[in-house]
Amino acid sequence: MPIAGEEIVTTPFAGFGLGLRKPHYAEFLDRRVEVDFVEVISENFMVDGGRPRALLREMRSRYPVALHGVSMSIGSADGLDGAYLARLCALVDEIEPLFVSDHLSWTRIEGFSSHDLLPLPYTREALDIVCANIDRAQDALGRAMLIENPSTYIDLAPADMTEWQFLDAMCVRTGCGLLLDVNNVFVSATNHGFDAIAYLDGVPHDRVRQVHLAGHSQSKELLIDTHDQPVPASVWDLYAHVMPLLGPVASMIERDDDIPPLADLLAELSMARRIGGQTMRRAA
Amino acid sequence: MTLIELQRDMRAWLACDDEIAAKRIGADAAPGLRVYQNNYRAQLAACLEDSFARTRDWIGEEAFHHAIVAHVERVPPSSWTLDAYPRDFPATLALLYPDDPDVAELGWLECALSEAFVAADAAAVTAGTLGAIDWDRAVLYFTPTLDLGPLSTNIPAIWAALAAGEMPPAVAVLPEPGSILVWRQDQVSRFRAIDQIERQALLAVRGGLSFAALCGAMVAAYGQEDGIARAGQLLGQWLADGLITAVEEGSISP
Repeated sequence: MPIAGEEIVTTPFAGFGLGLRKPHYAEFLDRRVEVDFVEVISENFMVDGGRPRALLREMRSRYPVALHGVSMSIGSADGLDGAYLARLCALVDEIEPLFVSDHLSWTRIEGFSSHDLLPLPYTREALDIVCANIDRAQDALGRAMLIENPSTYIDLAPADMTEWQFLDAMCVRTGCGLLLDVNNVFVSATNHGFDAIAYLDGVPHDRVRQVHLAGHSQSKELLIDTHDQPVPASVWDLYAHVMPLLGPVASMIERDDDIPPLADLLAELSMARRIGGQTMRRAA
Repeated sequence: MTLIELQRDMRAWLACDDEIAAKRIGADAAPGLRVYQNNYRAQLAACLEDSFARTRDWIGEEAFHHAIVAHVERVPPSSWTLDAYPRDFPATLALLYPDDPDVAELGWLECALSEAFVAADAAAVTAGTLGAIDWDRAVLYFTPTLDLGPLSTNIPAIWAALAAGEMPPAVAVLPEPGSILVWRQDQVSRFRAIDQIERQALLAVRGGLSFAALCGAMVAAYGQEDGIARAGQLLGQWLADGLITAVEEGSISP
């Protein structure tokens, strides 16, 4: 059982995967798709039974599976939802996933659930709350989690530290790992005017176990993390910058809307293999 | 501002459009707050649209949009899972259409079918495995996917036509109120309209009434021959539907 503050970061896994989405279920089951792992949204499978759970068991028998959550709400000032945690633990026990991840954000407060990843101020008070919640989750899960950096649309000032300093302190205090979403870095850097390279250079590289690659959209005033576009050149450039800094990591394409044919996503994944594979070889 | 104060202000902005709370979050935060509010509303609307496609077809796009707006305002989401959000929508439909019970009944049916789809697994027993049962002591156990709803209209026929992309029949009120039974069989959610006799029998057996006691109640209501025949028909139908997941021999009640 992990104890807060200990070195409990999850075991590294080097490979290239895809976020598994409904339009592609049949192809993943009908043939061996050339991926090293798949990632699913945990909450879609935190159900009592029926076809979703049976399908996940079938996928797990064929591919390593990462569980990626959106509703743990590790930034909630009133703590975690025990019912949520119990369901996630049951799913983790059954699926034995490669990684269990969620976001540096909050979704729920005092019985209200926004179903959106809402931003946190990077203050010492928020850090204490986030770390207490991660400690509780990791104790219940019996394993380390990965926490993903968010896309944000509000700069909550005053802050006591930058986002990457917050992530570093969080990792040190809880022993969790990082899921580095390169697109989120680009979106937040553009929206708030900070340097994406400084961010990527500043995160604790030895804690990164997984990388997300995705696309975004331009609204009137802000970049929005829509996951409805191919990975743009700006994000590939950041990926190429950060990969040599990291140890063995699992990289994947995350697409949630306007989902293209699987072949298109596999072509994008080939790009990740070219960039990520080269830099990993260089680093070795 | 503490974290919990910030989170309460964000809730007030998202759920209640509270401009004063929004200003406290940040003087320059307006564009970002609009993004979050739009995400919040779009998520809930998409959830209801996905869950109630037949209801939308039945009442029309504009009326359905009005119902979504009313529901999002009336019922803030409280569960960690979006799957829970549709559960209260039939009640909103009942408020919006007090003289048209078909609308709320159709909504209830769609919601129940979704719930049955992901309810707990339990393998059904078959007639072939029941040979050695002592029926004087038998207690039946139903699938956890089973649900019962009210039925006063021809919603089953309307649902079937809408699902097939056909012109639905005009709404018709049933001569007597009945019930609608929803469950999952072979990973597929199913439903059928039932009468009050079967509804009472299902509720009593689910509450622990033995099969012998059910036969006794049927005999008391319909006479020896007809009562036993009706109980046998119900048992046969429930087995064929895959509703029964266990038959255990309990103690004989006096």
